[in-house]
Amino acid sequence: MTVTTPEAPLEIPAKQQGIIKSLLVQSLLLLGGIFMLAPFLVMLLVSLFPADALLTRNFALERITLQNYVETFQVVPFGRYYFNSALVAIVTTTAQLVVASLAAFAFARLRFRGRESLFLLYLATLMIPFIVLLIPNFLIIRQLKWFNSYWALIVPSIFSAFTTFFLRQYYRGLPIDLDEAARLDGASSFRIWHQVILPLSTPALAAIGIFAFNNSWNDFLWPLVVTATDEMRTIPVGLAAFQGQFSTDWNLLMAGAVIALLPVLIIYILSQNWFIRGIALSGMGGR
Amino acid sequence: MTSRTRTIPDSPSPRRFFRYRPDQQWEAYLFILPSFIGFAVFVFLAILISLGLSFSDWGLTGWKGFVGLRNYQALIRDPVFWKTFRNTAFYIITVVPLQLGLGLLMAVLLNQGLRGRVIYRVLYFMPVVTTIVAGAIIFRLLLGSNGPVADLIYGFANLTGIPVSPPEWLNSTKNSKWAVTMLTLWKNTGFTMVIYLAALQGVPQLLYDAAETDGAGSWQRFRHVTLPMISPTTFFLIILQMIGAFQLFTEPFVMTRGGPANSSMPVVQYIYQNAFNFGRMGKAAAIAWFLFLFIFGATLLQNFFQKRWVYYEAE
Repeated sequence: MTVTTPEAPLEIPAKQQGIIKSLLVQSLLLLGGIFMLAPFLVMLLVSLFPADALLTRNFALERITLQNYVETFQVVPFGRYYFNSALVAIVTTTAQLVVASLAAFAFARLRFRGRESLFLLYLATLMIPFIVLLIPNFLIIRQLKWFNSYWALIVPSIFSAFTTFFLRQYYRGLPIDLDEAARLDGASSFRIWHQVILPLSTPALAAIGIFAFNNSWNDFLWPLVVTATDEMRTIPVGLAAFQGQFSTDWNLLMAGAVIALLPVLIIYILSQNWFIRGIALSGMGGR
Repeated sequence: MTSRTRTIPDSPSPRRFFRYRPDQQWEAYLFILPSFIGFAVFVFLAILISLGLSFSDWGLTGWKGFVGLRNYQALIRDPVFWKTFRNTAFYIITVVPLQLGLGLLMAVLLNQGLRGRVIYRVLYFMPVVTTIVAGAIIFRLLLGSNGPVADLIYGFANLTGIPVSPPEWLNSTKNSKWAVTMLTLWKNTGFTMVIYLAALQGVPQLLYDAAETDGAGSWQRFRHVTLPMISPTTFFLIILQMIGAFQLFTEPFVMTRGGPANSSMPVVQYIYQNAFNFGRMGKAAAIAWFLFLFIFGATLLQNFFQKRWVYYEAE
């Protein structure tokens, strides 16, 4: 850990140098931590005080109130937004894992004509930015009469080339003897997928699942485009609409932000190791 | 065939594995079918529609016929398009290097093995998991004319006697883009940090020991051991963050609505506006393809130049 070199010109002893260095490191880390945490603290503070507290900067402790939360729940159907977000994220993630895992199994462990070129076609779609597909998909959804429905929020998000690619990489790493042995015992391909490969790929499924769930929960542009009423809005879209209506009622807006963030933050803090590993792993393409 | 067999190390007999098996032909197609239907509709058909749209006149009443390249020609003469394009370029130029630099700095600091490391990692990563809409609303309060950041700057001026006053961010055509950059940094730096941290932990201690024996100081070790060893990660992050910054939308849309006077509006918001506020689907599709060409070109360029600075161990 010490950084002294034999010909160090400075007269500072190694031990003191170490202390200075660790102080510097700690203060830089603290500064970064404050930058990351301060917005959350301001949000919480403003949400707990009456409207005039922010204007007068009078945050005396005896004025703390939950009135903003009560009022926010009265003017905004957050319960509905929660339900929508949870339903959409859970169904999307589950369906995405099943669909991608089936395809990944075929690409990784079955032999068929056109396998490599079909997989290349899947890979190529990774290069198409979402914005190119936004407008045609909106038109397709409208044509299917799915506009402002759960179908619109869920179905197009199920198909992920990235998840397929990620799982295929993982499946290729599992020994092929497993399949061969199961086949000798008379197992069908479907059974091998279901009873051999799936149980073995729990870590990969968990990692990519967390990534997919977080993406779905926080998605904004697509739900914004295909929803029109409060019945169908997810939390991010509902929160943005709330801001449009109450653009300067900071106490209410901050209460709304707390309501929107609290469940994710609680889940995150309780399972942060899984979360960070999952997102880091899938963010790196599983390396 | 031999090149493929390498990827399945545990296979006892690679040739047997890759032999064509007619009984698996249709079975395999069945496995792929659910995902293929989805891709056929929401990607391949969508691409065709989008291309067709970009060559069409589509007003509020719907499709009115093909117009050839007219949408693209109109774009080149559209000053708002170029303005939003410059804004997006600004976001890429500011966000990508700052995010990588700060993320690497934090990762290196955390990698020193000091106390409180887990807590810092949790803290830095917290904005990554939060809904960006909430973040944008909070930053609108923080950076507002009478917001807490202005308070801080006034407080600093009072304390030190240095006559500084807080700048306008959200209401200034000059600074609104910086507000978006700050929000993006807050939101995403934790992500680059976590990826860098994983990369740093993969650098073998042996190399550091060897460098130290050769008399390399800590800066030299960082410059000549760490940086080259993590350069594949840097390359990956540059591509990823660049593509992300090209498609930036939510941050300015919620925080500034693209204003004032379009000063913070990114290209994607201009696409959104044309398609869903003005009903000009053809023009919106043309802008999207224009953007795609730029992302594609920038990625190719990066890929071309990576040979000069990215170090791959196994080659």
